[in-house]
Amino acid sequence: MNTSKDENQDGSGWVYSQRVKEHFFNPKNLLQGDPNEYKSDGVGYVGSPACGDMMKMWIKVDHITDTVVECKWRTFGCASAIASTSILSEMVTENGGMSIDKAFKIKPQDIVERLAGLPDRKIHCSVLGDKALRAAINDYFRKSKQEGRIVKDKAKVICTCLNVTNHEIEDAVLEGKLTYEEVQKKTKCGTGCGSCKSRIEELIEQYKLQYYGE
Amino acid sequence: MENNIYLDHAATTPMDPLVYEVMKPYFIDKFGNPSSIYQTGQIAKNAIEKSRLQVAEILNAKPEEIIFTSGGTESDNLAILGVARANKHKGKHIITSNIEHHAVLHACEALEKEGFEVTYIPVEKNGIVSPDKVKKAMRDDTVLVSIMYANNEIGTIQPIAKIGRTCKKRGIPFHTDACQTTGALMLDVDKLHLDLMTINGSKMYGPKGVGVLYIRKGIALSQIMYGGGQEKKIRPGTENVPAIIGFAKALEIAEKEREKESKRLTKLRDYMIKEILNKIPKTQLNGDAINRLPNNVNISILEIEGESLLLRLDMKGISASSGSACTSGSLDPSHVILALGKPSFVAHGSLRFTLGRSTTKKDIDYVLEVLPKIAEDLRAISPISL
Repeated sequence: MNTSKDENQDGSGWVYSQRVKEHFFNPKNLLQGDPNEYKSDGVGYVGSPACGDMMKMWIKVDHITDTVVECKWRTFGCASAIASTSILSEMVTENGGMSIDKAFKIKPQDIVERLAGLPDRKIHCSVLGDKALRAAINDYFRKSKQEGRIVKDKAKVICTCLNVTNHEIEDAVLEGKLTYEEVQKKTKCGTGCGSCKSRIEELIEQYKLQYYGE
Repeated sequence: MENNIYLDHAATTPMDPLVYEVMKPYFIDKFGNPSSIYQTGQIAKNAIEKSRLQVAEILNAKPEEIIFTSGGTESDNLAILGVARANKHKGKHIITSNIEHHAVLHACEALEKEGFEVTYIPVEKNGIVSPDKVKKAMRDDTVLVSIMYANNEIGTIQPIAKIGRTCKKRGIPFHTDACQTTGALMLDVDKLHLDLMTINGSKMYGPKGVGVLYIRKGIALSQIMYGGGQEKKIRPGTENVPAIIGFAKALEIAEKEREKESKRLTKLRDYMIKEILNKIPKTQLNGDAINRLPNNVNISILEIEGESLLLRLDMKGISASSGSACTSGSLDPSHVILALGKPSFVAHGSLRFTLGRSTTKKDIDYVLEVLPKIAEDLRAISPISL
């Protein structure tokens, strides 16, 4: 069993940044009690226990100002996954709440930045949070009869662990990521259980042929 | 840190001060190269030969059958690659199990690329290799069987004497990785019917970076490193003299304390397992309850991820290990827990405590006091309810 840790950044013997530590040990906005009793405007979840990461997010929205006023969550995962969700919930609710449109556009990089960095092999843990948030926002749109605002993604999920679609893989190839490793680095696909590897490789070949004729 | 309770002895052990003492002179005063013919060199040479003799006695082997290496990984690699390559004219089939250490599994994978065929015997649900299955897998072209003595993650002890006997009858070289068993199990290579055995220093209160490969006389083996004539040319490179001296001393102490210490740890182990299963709901023991190393406790706490558990335990001053993907460095959950037929989420929530010489009942009671609360807190964060 391997417990190798990344280099400590501050020499304290703690593997992550102090910010990660803070949110891991004292998670903010954690959903307490029975989730069925929490009245949310939208719920979203991503991941699965089999992949080792799963997040569920509940949001409350101020319909007048169109901002997120509450963001509750629960996460099954490692410290970086827990801290990522916690800090994301803080990001969208601080200063009176973030506008729905802005919240929808939060990227994993924004979360990592707020956490003062994550070890490379942990970056994928931060990818789930923004996905769960978008799922919750879409659910809110659905429930509040604003179907027109739902960002319909007809894309097909290829990597079910990290919810990476064929569109994202296509975009990566278009950006010039032409190997499995490069696409993985860009999209984090295949970093969960890894069972989608061959399917992703097929897609990369397909898009390469399509766009580069090779 | 207020408490410092180290329960990861299967990862590595602190060095015994007595071992450190015997090593000390060989860093500065007796620094000679054993290959040098003048006295400074011969002092070092004599010291490693004395160590070889000490090790041989404990293994019931001949001194010339003991090869010093850089550790468990090198010994495993040397055994697997060396025997397979030296015997490839006889056949290209190898038998091992699916719970071996990566030093064995990845060496086997490397051989597959060289055209060898490897049978990975799946373990039974209790984490034990069936000798019958090994026997049935044997073919006329089988040139090596490698089954670990005890598993590093779940501590299950394999019936290697029985497997060894079958190998002997069939004339197939038999290797075992015994890294986890020093100080816990008997190491007599004749009684265990072994042809090759891997041991390393860092799991037995000895130095890191030193190991042994026992190679029975007459076993054909190709070298995997090239250089000078050290270690009968099987393992070239200037000998790590202080580490070799330390290795022999550590093995001697481990063997001397083996019975008494095993009894003591078995009691603590069983107490810890019983109490964790009692105190924390939705927990399960991984691996056989009886045929396991005296110091190994491996339990899955469902609905929680192992790395989170480890870090929360660390904050309480407790060092442990997990088979979760997030602690593996490879993002794959433990192949050992999966080999038991358990789903990935059980592997993600696995927690290993390995006790050692310094472990007391008080330490265990402290873990039993803080672990239920940590499990409860993390379950409150988890969206999963099984």
